[in-house]
Amino acid sequence: MNENVDWSDEIFSILLEQRIKQVAYVPDAGHKKLIERVNEDNYFRDVPLTSEEEGVALLSGAWLGDERGVLLMQSSGVGNIINMLSISVECRFPLFMIITMRGEWGEFNPWQVPMGKATQSTLEAMDVKVIRVDVPDKVAETVAAGIKLTFDSGRMVAVLIGQRVIGSKDWNR
Amino acid sequence: MKGNELVILDRRHLVERILCSRDDLLLVTGLGAPTWDVAALGDNLNNFYLWGGMGGAVPTALGLALAQSKRRVLVLTGDGEMLMGIGSLATVAVQKPKNLVIGVIDNQRYGETGMQRSATAFGVDIASIARGAGFETATNVTTYGELDSVIPQIYNSQGPLLFNFKVTVSDHPMILPEKNGLELKHRFRAHILNAKKKIGG
Repeated sequence: MNENVDWSDEIFSILLEQRIKQVAYVPDAGHKKLIERVNEDNYFRDVPLTSEEEGVALLSGAWLGDERGVLLMQSSGVGNIINMLSISVECRFPLFMIITMRGEWGEFNPWQVPMGKATQSTLEAMDVKVIRVDVPDKVAETVAAGIKLTFDSGRMVAVLIGQRVIGSKDWNR
Repeated sequence: MKGNELVILDRRHLVERILCSRDDLLLVTGLGAPTWDVAALGDNLNNFYLWGGMGGAVPTALGLALAQSKRRVLVLTGDGEMLMGIGSLATVAVQKPKNLVIGVIDNQRYGETGMQRSATAFGVDIASIARGAGFETATNVTTYGELDSVIPQIYNSQGPLLFNFKVTVSDHPMILPEKNGLELKHRFRAHILNAKKKIGG
């Protein structure tokens, strides 16, 4: 595993290239650097949420108004968005999510394990296309492919970044 | 409950008075009665009707307002729907969209499920919650005189604004708009993009 690959910076560049405008999030330590870069950049409209489900509705409205967005969260947030995905499913709104995993790789908090275990199957139950990435130097291409699939094909796509990837970075909890 | 006998605003009259001067207003409706109220006035390509996603009306309107910052965006929703997404008032207050107006049609009931009381029937004040979140203008509207004075604000004052309309418990016919979400999305986007071309935005 290449620990020098800064996948957060790569995601940031891809969001810019792909004309993603609204960046909605409930913070996760795995997204710390990306959120900080978005906060500091005037191009992006950063939208901190009180609950992840707001992000699903927000990005539906953004698309109605012809803007692209991304929803950032950790795996526990997936439990909060399920019914709101009804909007995306029924209207076939494009919805792109980048989800950092908890509860699976060296997790210290047992309360994170249940939702971490259920994240992928829960998303798939609501017809979201799930693409997992567990290697840092594959994050960028996975995110780029996910964005294209989302907006060119009008689909809901979640990129799950494995906890192993986040754990491989030197981030301070 | 207390004071409910003093409520006089009729939800359909209210919506008609607000929307009779709508011009190019973009409108998002929350699921249930607000969608029926708006549909009762006839269809409009600038309407996006929600039939589900309870709690999502305000954030949907926020995403739209941020994307279309030159257009006025109104969201009309019910007290139950607003309460389910009450956190979104904080999210709106942080963004401070100048073009977003929230209208809550508050009959203190869950109208689609048997008229059970909502929290507003027990004194929970949505306008106060909005002010606590940081809305500079968030008020209860209880009379037709007050309604007439807030309508110009809906169209002209700097947002975000919230008006919580106290309405009677009523039994209006259900007027159902288009319910195919894909169709509703396509026509709304097509209309908005067409308007954008015309004004050269």
